[in-house]
Amino acid sequence: MTRVVGVNAGAYMGGAAGAGARAGVDADVDRGLELNGAPLPGGVALEDFDTGVLDEPDALAFPADFADEFDVARAVISGLGIAAPTGLGVEEYWQATLEGRSAIGLPTRFDVSAYPAKLAAEIPEFVARERVPGRLIRQTDRATQLGLVATGEALADAGLDLDRLPEFDVGVVTAASAGGIEFGQRELGHLWSKGKQFVSAYQSFAWFFAATAGQISIRHATRGPSGVLVTEQSGGIDALGQARRVVRKGTPVVISGSVDGGLCPWGWMGQLATGRLSTSVDPARAFRPFAADADGYVPGEGGAIVVVEDAESAQARGLGRGYGEIVGYAATFDPGPKSLERARLAGRPAPLPGLRRAAELALCDAGLRPEQVDVVFADAAGVPELDRIEAFMLRDLFGPYGVPVTAPKTMTGRLIGGGASLDVATALLALRDGVIPPTVNVGEPASEYELDLVTEARHRSLHTALVLARGYGGFNSALVVRS
Amino acid sequence: MPAVPARSIDRGTLTTLLLEAIGLEEDADLEGDDSDTPLLELGYDSLALLQVVGRIEAEYGLLVPDTAINDSATLGSLLASLQSARQAEGMVW
Repeated sequence: MTRVVGVNAGAYMGGAAGAGARAGVDADVDRGLELNGAPLPGGVALEDFDTGVLDEPDALAFPADFADEFDVARAVISGLGIAAPTGLGVEEYWQATLEGRSAIGLPTRFDVSAYPAKLAAEIPEFVARERVPGRLIRQTDRATQLGLVATGEALADAGLDLDRLPEFDVGVVTAASAGGIEFGQRELGHLWSKGKQFVSAYQSFAWFFAATAGQISIRHATRGPSGVLVTEQSGGIDALGQARRVVRKGTPVVISGSVDGGLCPWGWMGQLATGRLSTSVDPARAFRPFAADADGYVPGEGGAIVVVEDAESAQARGLGRGYGEIVGYAATFDPGPKSLERARLAGRPAPLPGLRRAAELALCDAGLRPEQVDVVFADAAGVPELDRIEAFMLRDLFGPYGVPVTAPKTMTGRLIGGGASLDVATALLALRDGVIPPTVNVGEPASEYELDLVTEARHRSLHTALVLARGYGGFNSALVVRS
Repeated sequence: MPAVPARSIDRGTLTTLLLEAIGLEEDADLEGDDSDTPLLELGYDSLALLQVVGRIEAEYGLLVPDTAINDSATLGSLLASLQSARQAEGMVW
């Protein structure tokens, strides 16, 4: 049997594309089979696929580099834009991150006193009017406005003048938990307190998952393949995986990543419902992933928008490989309750969570062995059961203390759709400068994890980073970037 | 919710409402001869016009006929429609 690994997950695309299968083989009988966006060589049949359930992970083959083997376009990241609680703008954020400055504190835009969770990481002093045209402010949520600002930075950083590119050569693929929860909260308030005539007509699209992708597309007059992925915290990676696929299918430039928000009562309730928020009132102790006494996470707002570009296009513009290439991507689902129940009834061991498969499949896709990874940016849930899954997975895959692991999100909180995009941008900055940013507030991780957690900025030569993300509901995603 | 007593709307008020609807209240790009230029051409999207109609009903008690809002609506045509607008009824939930 031909074993093909690194099968790209289909994406849940919001809007007209409807729900597609996220895990499994992306097959279309009319167009022939595809693997990671590239047509498969002849003679490979659907039944030849290993659809991602790896019975013996240790027996995984690590094949040659996918892009070489199948002759598809390489996707590099040629521009970064960051909107984070610790800094609006790439260099401001990066400086704060290396210094270990946290932005976790009391939210200022709504009253948390009635809720069990009290702390958040807000982007301070963002005055939309100074950075976004007034016309767009009226139509958009804060997260969309921040996304537009980050997009402007990313395009400038990439040195791209979109006016000089054919409009169909630029796509937009983002991730979102919703388009505009704060906007929706305000307008629902108008509905119940004043009446329907007082609800903004722009609520009709400002709330929508695709609002940010759409506004980026309108503002920059792009008409290439676009979409939005809704996979909670995994979305920030899934968007980039989808962007790479779009590049492989022939679109040279994709504006991707995610900036998310929702720090308002409505968004707060949504996250509280997961039962994973920290109830600590001490900003230095509220989000401590991998600590023996971790008690949840702190929500934040923000993320990163990046320019994903065909490597040949970036090369031709004199950018070389940009910040780095997306060499590996994979997404998996955790076993569902029925799978767990069936295993229990049959007396079989419970199926494993999908995070390890995601990491392995992404490495296979990259053609890299675990020992070639220089640093891991962890999902770092901050919830003991989830930390344990991730820590033991890392120990099994890399060996005890086998790879430096970091979680700069301890300074920004978890940013829903935006978090993993920010982690990828942070990983690329780490590769650029040869420094692993720290994990703050954790101190020593639980000793049983045998984790080399980076708690002070660590300088070393870095070429390859693995970024992990898990979304509520069973999503797992992994991305490998290489400078 | 009871109806608001009908009040008339002058050109300046309507201009302000339109600018507020699209978030450009500090600018003034509806001036002079723009009475006869379609609002869509002046950069007012259809949602902005819907929003203005909603506010006029709620705050000025005037029922704007559906036909007043179309692709060729101008500041002048909207003002004319408002001259003959009926008193809005109380809000129906």
